[in-house]
Amino acid sequence: MAGFNKVVTDYSEILYGLEDGMTVVAGGFGLCGIPQGLIDEIKRKGTRDLTVVSNNCGTTEHGLGVLLVNRQIKKMIASYVGENANFEAQMMSGELEVELTPQGTLAEKMRAGGAGIPAFFTATGYGTAVADGKEVREFNGRQYIMEESITGDFSIVKAWKADTFGNLVFRKTARNFNPLAAMAGKITVVEVEEIVQPGELDPDEIHTPGIYVNRVILGNSEKLIEQRTVATK
Amino acid sequence: MALSREQLAMRVAQELQDGYYVNLGIGIPTLVANYVPDNMDVMFQSENGLLGMGEFPQESQVDADLINAGKQTVTTVTGASIFDSAESFAMIRGGHVDLTVLGAFEVDTQGNIASYMIPGKLIKGMGGAMDLVAGADNIIVTMTHASKAGVSKLLNTCSLPLTGKGCIKKVLTDLALIEIKDGQFHLLERAPGVTVNEIKALTEGELVANGDIPEMQF
Repeated sequence: MAGFNKVVTDYSEILYGLEDGMTVVAGGFGLCGIPQGLIDEIKRKGTRDLTVVSNNCGTTEHGLGVLLVNRQIKKMIASYVGENANFEAQMMSGELEVELTPQGTLAEKMRAGGAGIPAFFTATGYGTAVADGKEVREFNGRQYIMEESITGDFSIVKAWKADTFGNLVFRKTARNFNPLAAMAGKITVVEVEEIVQPGELDPDEIHTPGIYVNRVILGNSEKLIEQRTVATK
Repeated sequence: MALSREQLAMRVAQELQDGYYVNLGIGIPTLVANYVPDNMDVMFQSENGLLGMGEFPQESQVDADLINAGKQTVTTVTGASIFDSAESFAMIRGGHVDLTVLGAFEVDTQGNIASYMIPGKLIKGMGGAMDLVAGADNIIVTMTHASKAGVSKLLNTCSLPLTGKGCIKKVLTDLALIEIKDGQFHLLERAPGVTVNEIKALTEGELVANGDIPEMQF
């Protein structure tokens, strides 16, 4: 009887059920707080025609960029393309379908999707290409557009610590989109740096309750820095 | 003389007030943090989920898990807080940030801004810029007044895809500080040594210059 034990020990089992054509929601901002081990496993499995929802798409060597290079992504929903030449090239050639989405709208789409809210209104993007084809409504004299929320078949998440029940704690700005991605997945899998026993995390300090989490695995990916910047004095 | 990047940052810093929460965009806006007056407490918000962003770290403090929205390693100040991206944009969209400073390719007399793509040439993505311009009331756009070839970036109508519609009221260029209202650019200050006529010549949209326009003071 596994009860609430969500721990999986083998990467080859962590993505059980992931199939071609599915939607994958990913946490991370740039290369900060990305589930690199899970991304590498998607690459190894060779799952194709994926729709990937993530703020960025990594670089050509790291993060989700490796799936782009490997031509496993059919469509990207992201806010920022910069710093990934391959992403920009595949987008310009039309090979990759891209839905550029404002960062706050993207975060809210994930949160709302996980919270069972199918759509919301926001002023962000009103009067821009983002609003094309979307319902506009006026509230208190201001124009807002309707944005539909996002859920994923799978969510891939990076956390700092988990207990075996899947309660999660994130570290510093590696939190970013991870708690939202965790909410938005029908199946949420999490790569962590440390797994502890239930009770070792103070209930008050848990960022993401285990109810959103299906599987947890201990990862060992190196943390990467895109723009290493140090004080000059 | 056109303002240097540092002077642009210094002039923006004059708009800071004690107790302000401020979001700085990538590029010149980031430099504003270097010119906060000594007698003032300001907290910087980084939209990847940090309120109370500090200086760049010493080598020994570098932490891959602590970056700003430009993906640079940073530190936190005393009293900082960290949160997820939805919370971060709740602050921004909810109008809780006191001042937003960001760059642009073009602005126009209707307060429109274009900053995220040049069709067929450059696709950066809007990142958080669309949320910032829609959510903030107090926005300063920093940009060069014209291209190197002398083509104005202060237009009657933006030619590039918009980041936001009717949301920009204040623009600081390397030549001028300008307010946008009633469908016109209003010249508030000149860069030192730059004449009103020089500014007019490089401004496509209608530029109103009433009375004696002061030079910026540093």
